Amino acid sequence: MTIQLSRRAALGAVGSLIVTIAAAPEGVLAQAGAPATPISPLPAPGQLASYIAVHADGTVTAFFGKIDGGQGLDVAIAQIVAEELDVPAERVSVVMGDTTRTVNQGGASNASGVSQGAVPLRNAAAEARLLLLEMAAGRLGGAADALRAAEGTIFVAAQPDRRVTYAELIGDRTLNAEVKWNGRYGNDLNVEGRAKPKPIADYKVVGTAVPRRDIADKVFARHDYVTDIKVPGMLHARTLRAPIAGSRPVAVDEGSVRDIPGVRVVWKDGFLAVAAPREWDAIRAAQALKVEWSRVPPPFPDQATIYDHIRNAPVAKRGVPMQQGDAQAAIAGAARVISAEYEWPFHSHSSMGPGCAVADVRPDGIRIWTGSQKPHAVRDGVAKFLNVPQESVQAIWVTGPGSYGRNDAGDTPFDAALLSRELGRPVRVQYMRNEGHGWDTKSPASVQRVRAGLDAEGRVVGIQFESKAFSRTNIATSEADPRDSLASQLTGGGLNPQDTYLFPGDFVPTEPYAFPAKMMAWETIPPLLDRASPLRTSHLRDPLGPELIFAAESFVDELAAATGDDPVEFRLRHLREERDIAILRAITEKAGWQPRPAGPRGAAGDIARGRGVSLARRDGTVVGLVAEVEVDRRSGNIRVKRMVVGQDCGLIINPDGLRRCVENAVVYGTSRAMREEVTFDRNNVTSIDWTTYPILDITEAPEVVEVVLINRPDIRPTGAGEPAVRTAGAAIANAVFDATGIRLRRGPFTPERVKAALAGA
Amino acid sequence: MEASITFRVDGKDQTVTVDPEMPLLYALRDDLGMSNPHFGCGLAQCGACTVHVDGVPTRSCVTPTSAASGRQVTTLAGIGTPERPHPVQQAYIDEQVPQCGYCINGWIMTAAAFLRDNKNPSEEQIREALTGLKCRCGTHMAILRAVKRAAAQA
Repeated sequence: MTIQLSRRAALGAVGSLIVTIAAAPEGVLAQAGAPATPISPLPAPGQLASYIAVHADGTVTAFFGKIDGGQGLDVAIAQIVAEELDVPAERVSVVMGDTTRTVNQGGASNASGVSQGAVPLRNAAAEARLLLLEMAAGRLGGAADALRAAEGTIFVAAQPDRRVTYAELIGDRTLNAEVKWNGRYGNDLNVEGRAKPKPIADYKVVGTAVPRRDIADKVFARHDYVTDIKVPGMLHARTLRAPIAGSRPVAVDEGSVRDIPGVRVVWKDGFLAVAAPREWDAIRAAQALKVEWSRVPPPFPDQATIYDHIRNAPVAKRGVPMQQGDAQAAIAGAARVISAEYEWPFHSHSSMGPGCAVADVRPDGIRIWTGSQKPHAVRDGVAKFLNVPQESVQAIWVTGPGSYGRNDAGDTPFDAALLSRELGRPVRVQYMRNEGHGWDTKSPASVQRVRAGLDAEGRVVGIQFESKAFSRTNIATSEADPRDSLASQLTGGGLNPQDTYLFPGDFVPTEPYAFPAKMMAWETIPPLLDRASPLRTSHLRDPLGPELIFAAESFVDELAAATGDDPVEFRLRHLREERDIAILRAITEKAGWQPRPAGPRGAAGDIARGRGVSLARRDGTVVGLVAEVEVDRRSGNIRVKRMVVGQDCGLIINPDGLRRCVENAVVYGTSRAMREEVTFDRNNVTSIDWTTYPILDITEAPEVVEVVLINRPDIRPTGAGEPAVRTAGAAIANAVFDATGIRLRRGPFTPERVKAALAGA
Repeated sequence: MEASITFRVDGKDQTVTVDPEMPLLYALRDDLGMSNPHFGCGLAQCGACTVHVDGVPTRSCVTPTSAASGRQVTTLAGIGTPERPHPVQQAYIDEQVPQCGYCINGWIMTAAAFLRDNKNPSEEQIREALTGLKCRCGTHMAILRAVKRAAAQA
């Protein structure tokens, strides 16, 4: 895609090779002339037309302030809008992620696309339908409540041949009205009109399998990604990263790249980048540039000691999101105490393509093309970074090369904006693979300590679950504050550490079980390096789910084993909520689960077979998994033969889309559990590509994945795309225990680790 | 240092004047303005840049442009169109495979060549043929369904 914009002459041409950046970003708009292509005003949150447009040809546009990362969220939104407006879903197009065309609904966030994001769109569509009915009442005569709407046509209920189409009603007019905005932006934004949304019992479009809209274009190479954006006159840039985390360039030899055509070097404090008219020249320059880096002490401990480091580190912050009864006293007085510790490493986003953004910083306005899943936050962050008003920045979301949380896409807009401002040209920044793995944000490494007391009859009397970890957000989960970007941290900006761990109220491990006394606590420890760290943390797909549910559901299995119970029967005995019970029953019935205590059976051959189960909640969604595995005792390799994954996320909007989301999530969760681990030495992250950071290969993918969905038309839809990720670790580890008697208490379950565990048994 | 290099891309003769060592990926994307294949790793580890060179799946991110001289380069855009889709493309649509879709050049181009040369492959053979390709969204199972579907139709 080539972007055509009328342009003024390039800002402040810079003659020297090294551009020294001013100590603090200056307000570029101070030099502003008349805008050549003004940034459009923002859509007003209290206007119907900011959400829904009905066009003269009878088609509808929905303006959605979130984005779709390829899970079909736009299709679900089209279905919900079509439902309320009584038009076919294919007549509704969905505009997403352009900050001048959509109200800030928070972007992709916490799997809230349908559960929260769809609500204002639904209400606005219902209001639009009411306005159309009122217009039709004038045209057809009679009261609006004597009219019916179907397929974009309104007719008199008693005389269906008296009819008028939406297209005829609208003509060249714009449908608009005030709607009541709740004053919030982000996930919580809502609007309401006079109209009541349809009762779910009347749904015809919601709940049906409407196909995705992006797939054919992707398959025929016609879908543009952010990496495909080309702006006339743009330079290609590459950043240079410190060989030792925390070190900075102290000398840059520009002569080392003088023979590369048009190359420019931008260096300020720790920020160092090269730019050139041709991409290959920028890449060559980044490789050729001679840089002397400052000597700094190695920032990291030996990786082999990371879990002891966590155990021994001072506690920065502690939270106790659940305390029910006196678990400590109950355990102290128990006939038998079971305890275990579970360890989980740092994981990398390692998105399919490294981060990329294009910025065009001009005196009259700034445009940013970004693959970030929170484009409104990018707008706000870049405006603050360059010290300009928010209205002068337009962020345009374009599909990124993978986006599940705050990945490296969130750093590139700041690099590109800084470089564009300094070089007076549009700049495209794309990271290289080593940055995509080595310098993205990570999910935190953690240690989970769990204890439970059993009475003489083997009943659980109390449980304590304590997680000690790095904060889950050294870096905020949105880009709205520039201090959370590498570019700012490398150029001396302040820090904005978020010392957080569990989501308050979101979920707590072992939550589904009615144990008489429970205590759930978390503790964070200080980061290893507080500025521009390659181990800085932020949200990664299903934040904290894989590590906490691995621990919780492994431990529940350990309790079942300790009491000699079948793992499913043990769980059922402690479950109270019908939805938890229904998912567990659905997956175990589908899997043909026969009750027996877990543990190896029969003669020990080279191949040991076992099955395991896990069950979890996430913010209203219930997920469960049965995994059947084979463990090769010779190699330690785990082969996943079959997975039966179940999900109940309330009302199902699109069963086909949901099925694929759940299947992909559990396969991805299997990758996290079986293969993934960020490695580092004393100086830096050393897992910097697909060889050093292996993920699940297609030869290692489960042989069969079966998806069981429970539809709950009476329950509002909750997060669908991420929850199943968390089920994989414990179900696999529990299956390995069933096969071999070995408990895996540290991820990932690599063949080497399994083999070592078997040898030590 | 730069050289004029001529090759055929999706049925059309093209000449680029570039550093002969520059990977073919950048000639396709930057000099010829194609929006695919994609840069994924630059290390031949992921497949996002895969094209066919004389019918052979090739990682364009590590293939010097000079190596394409005089050859036929086919990209994802060149193996089929909405009007005449390649069976693997059609199967990808039927199975609604991609999530983000950034990886699909590797899977589709590799599977297309594999199915051309191997009729009625077993699932194990399909998996072996696709080993090493990366998908970060976790669409592995859908990919297998699509390639099996395309194999059945070949």
